[in-house]
Amino acid sequence: MYTEQVMDHFMNPRNVGEIENASGTGTVGNAKCGDIMKIDIKVENGVIVDVKFKTFGCGAAIATSSRATEMVLGKTIDEALQVTNKQVAESLGGLPQVKMHCSILAEEALQKAIMDYKQRLDAGEISE
Amino acid sequence: MNRIYMDNAATTRITEPVLEAMMPYLTDVFGNPSSVHAFGREARKPLEQARKQVADALGAQPNEIYFTGCGTESDNWAIRGAAYASAKKGKHIITSQIEHHAVLHTVEQLEKEGFTATYLPVDEFGLVNPDDLEKAIQPDTILITIMMANNEIGTIQPIEQLAQIAKDHKILFHTDAVQAIGSVKIDVKAMNIDLLSLSGHKFHAPKGVGALYIRQGVKLQRLIYGGAQERTQRGGTENMASIIGMGKAIELADQQMEQHNQKLCAMRDRMIEGIMESIPETRLNGHATKRLPGNVNVSIRYIEGEGILIGMDLEGIAASSGSACTSGSLDPSHVLLAIGLTHEIAHGSLRLTLSEDNTMEDVEIAIAALTRVVTRLRSMSPLYNAN
Repeated sequence: MYTEQVMDHFMNPRNVGEIENASGTGTVGNAKCGDIMKIDIKVENGVIVDVKFKTFGCGAAIATSSRATEMVLGKTIDEALQVTNKQVAESLGGLPQVKMHCSILAEEALQKAIMDYKQRLDAGEISE
Repeated sequence: MNRIYMDNAATTRITEPVLEAMMPYLTDVFGNPSSVHAFGREARKPLEQARKQVADALGAQPNEIYFTGCGTESDNWAIRGAAYASAKKGKHIITSQIEHHAVLHTVEQLEKEGFTATYLPVDEFGLVNPDDLEKAIQPDTILITIMMANNEIGTIQPIEQLAQIAKDHKILFHTDAVQAIGSVKIDVKAMNIDLLSLSGHKFHAPKGVGALYIRQGVKLQRLIYGGAQERTQRGGTENMASIIGMGKAIELADQQMEQHNQKLCAMRDRMIEGIMESIPETRLNGHATKRLPGNVNVSIRYIEGEGILIGMDLEGIAASSGSACTSGSLDPSHVLLAIGLTHEIAHGSLRLTLSEDNTMEDVEIAIAALTRVVTRLRSMSPLYNAN
């Protein structure tokens, strides 16, 4: 049902955890639906220098969180915003149709983390 | 890696004596039991022998057993057949909220066709309260259908008591006994059951064969029209080898029930105890004792069932879950919601169903594997706080 890449990310997820003093945090989904993703990013000079995730969800949810963090690490904020759920799914060799919403959650969590970073930057809570 | 099968509520393997009994009917004895010639006659006799084996296991007469294509067909036939045969008397059907979809969706369809239905709630252990049944009966109630044992949480209903209430009100009583065969001693006469569904592959017969017990004198509308098979009530050339296999399998299941139940209960209880000891914040779903001997169903907080299943699969252990991701819908199992679990807790459910093929060693391996899988998934969960 899942590709080898999905299984690899499920079994050996990259960037699991949380970042202390993160520049931005995005949490999406809810426990009722069985999916929650939380992504922390650390930004320096407009570049994502660290990213960590924690996910409550199925195999596809964990794998897409892991892959999404891997794809944006080292990218600029603007580049990271260009990463779509489709790219994440494709880079995993595809997902079953019923699991595509899991990849949307990963994209949304990431975007939310970046928005959080931008807002905090604007509010002067953090500096570049 | 050794694989361990713990999903026997989904299906069971065909055992050697069953396969052996079936073999001649896949090869040499190929006649159509409806044929007059010798080939037909030599198939007719074992067909009727299998009917007797099924009848004996249920305390029924052979002429009350009708072979079908599966448990779902039996449920459909019993419920639709009884509803339409009694439609002039009334339109109301009573069932429970935790039935298998073969029953639930059939009743829901009948509602669309003009019947009415009451879905009885269950308590936190999954038990139907007989008082609730009594209160739900209306002057136009024509059928009560309540499962003998639940496929997900293994709860065994007080069927005798429920069927007695139906009898007192002269209402037909059907029970889906698909999960109960081989685990619960059944006597349809003593238990006042009018209609009972069963499915071969749940007790080591092949897939694609089931049966419906129809008490003598109970009128059902046909579901399948065709030839004169099954005393004209269910057309279609008999699935000979599978029917023979089912006859053998139910005979063995009945003979070995006590011995198997003892072994299964010991493994089940050790599994439950072991999981509770090694994994904090876990709850048992279903009843502690009014429970199928091979059924373990737990909810493990902070993680999701599909992840647990895949993790267990990679550990070589086959299990099942009631999470939304495995049910093919956005909602978790209707059974887990009916016993009062929140969506969040229901998503983290795991079902392990044992057979007599399993060993205590398998159980210990499964407990250790589950502990590893849960620890890993919890370490990734934003809901879990290790402290």
